[in-house]
Amino acid sequence: MANLNPITWWRKLLALPNENRGKAIAMAFLVALFASLTVSISSVVLQPMIDANRAADRQAKLDAMIAAQPGLAGLLSETGADTFSTLIVDLRTGTVADLEPEGFDMAAIANDPETSIELSDTHDTAGIGRRPNYAEIHVLRSRRRLELVIIPVYARGYQSTIHAMLALRGDLNTVAGLVITDQAETPGLGANVASPAWQALWPGKQIADADGTLRLEVVRGRATTEFEVDGITGATRTGSAVSGMITFWMGPHGYAKVIDALRDGEL
Amino acid sequence: MFKAVRQQLAPIIDQNPITLQILGICSALAVTTSMTTALTMSCALTVVLMASNGIISLLRHHMPRSIRLILQITIIATLVIAADLLLQAFVFDISKRLSIFVSLVVTNCLVLGRAEAFAMQNPPAPSILDGLINGLGYSLILLVVGFVRELLGHGTLFDQVLVPTVADGGWFQPVEVMLLAPSAFFILGLLIWVIRAWRPIQIEPDEYPLRVEADE
Repeated sequence: MANLNPITWWRKLLALPNENRGKAIAMAFLVALFASLTVSISSVVLQPMIDANRAADRQAKLDAMIAAQPGLAGLLSETGADTFSTLIVDLRTGTVADLEPEGFDMAAIANDPETSIELSDTHDTAGIGRRPNYAEIHVLRSRRRLELVIIPVYARGYQSTIHAMLALRGDLNTVAGLVITDQAETPGLGANVASPAWQALWPGKQIADADGTLRLEVVRGRATTEFEVDGITGATRTGSAVSGMITFWMGPHGYAKVIDALRDGEL
Repeated sequence: MFKAVRQQLAPIIDQNPITLQILGICSALAVTTSMTTALTMSCALTVVLMASNGIISLLRHHMPRSIRLILQITIIATLVIAADLLLQAFVFDISKRLSIFVSLVVTNCLVLGRAEAFAMQNPPAPSILDGLINGLGYSLILLVVGFVRELLGHGTLFDQVLVPTVADGGWFQPVEVMLLAPSAFFILGLLIWVIRAWRPIQIEPDEYPLRVEADE
């Protein structure tokens, strides 16, 4: 009768010569099993902590951006939190969506065919493939007057997805600030988009000209007009990704309807 | 006894993986702009090196020769992913600054080199020790380079201001080139020069000496 004791099988396997083909396959399988188990377990155990770190990091950047706005920090503490609201907006209609801000996940919404649209190559200047129908924006008002709107934007960069928060002044055309919240571009080159020095170039820039044409872009070399931002040497593709990101999200497939609604006071 | 200890400690200076074997240069250039990142990277690499040496040494009698490199890389990659996740979970800020260089430990020839050269022939305990000593040798160079670059480039050490820079109202004009990758080459080159002047045995024979041709 055949021996079914697994320990005997194990001993037999170990006793096989290393040149044996069966043993090679068995060893490959065992090592792969060990590797996938280790990676899965550490990923599952650590992912909640990593996500919490990322969320805290984004929040810190958002807070820092608001704190950096001249006069706003004082305004916030003076008038209380009710002037600062977080809204989930529907990008198709420019209205408030019936979704809870708690647990809102833009990435999940962008991946779900039910809640996103596919973009054709001509419209997709941000290179993101699908656009979510909903987004979480922050609106700050003082005495019912619009002071600041913060919108999340993202685009495919040279080797990573660049996530950013774009803050607009009350006229909805002047940039109050751009903060890159997440990116993994080439260290030392494209990754400089996340440097405070480069982000400091953004406040005061104009997005569209008097005709309503979207003009703001990252140029090669030095900026000469209020529609241009200095490029980063050696990171042309990252720079044009940021340009495409602004064009896309401020355009008709991005926040255009939401911005119109904000301008008309409907939001 | 003394000789044995000396043999064991050779990777710190005499057989240093970076300055003698010129392995692991990529990360040595990339993460040495500050002491904090250099130290974190050193710790990550040392731990990965010790663990991979240990595991590979345990399996050394059962590694089919035909697929041994793939198995070694798989084990190393697993450990590196786990180390990267641990860094992201517990020291998020530093892991952001290290960006992809922790994941690139996989391609660091140092780890595979020690697995192939030492752990495949030796029992686990000496292999783990070998990983530790080689990791320390790597760390030493990283920290020296990081020390020079952070001090001259930012005027700080471990993000603590040591000499106030002109921008902060002090007197020290930072050396901008120290923040760029080429400066690490300069420092490594100078280090190798100093070490070889002190230990001439490390100087390699000229592989292609110039031949003086006689006049016809």
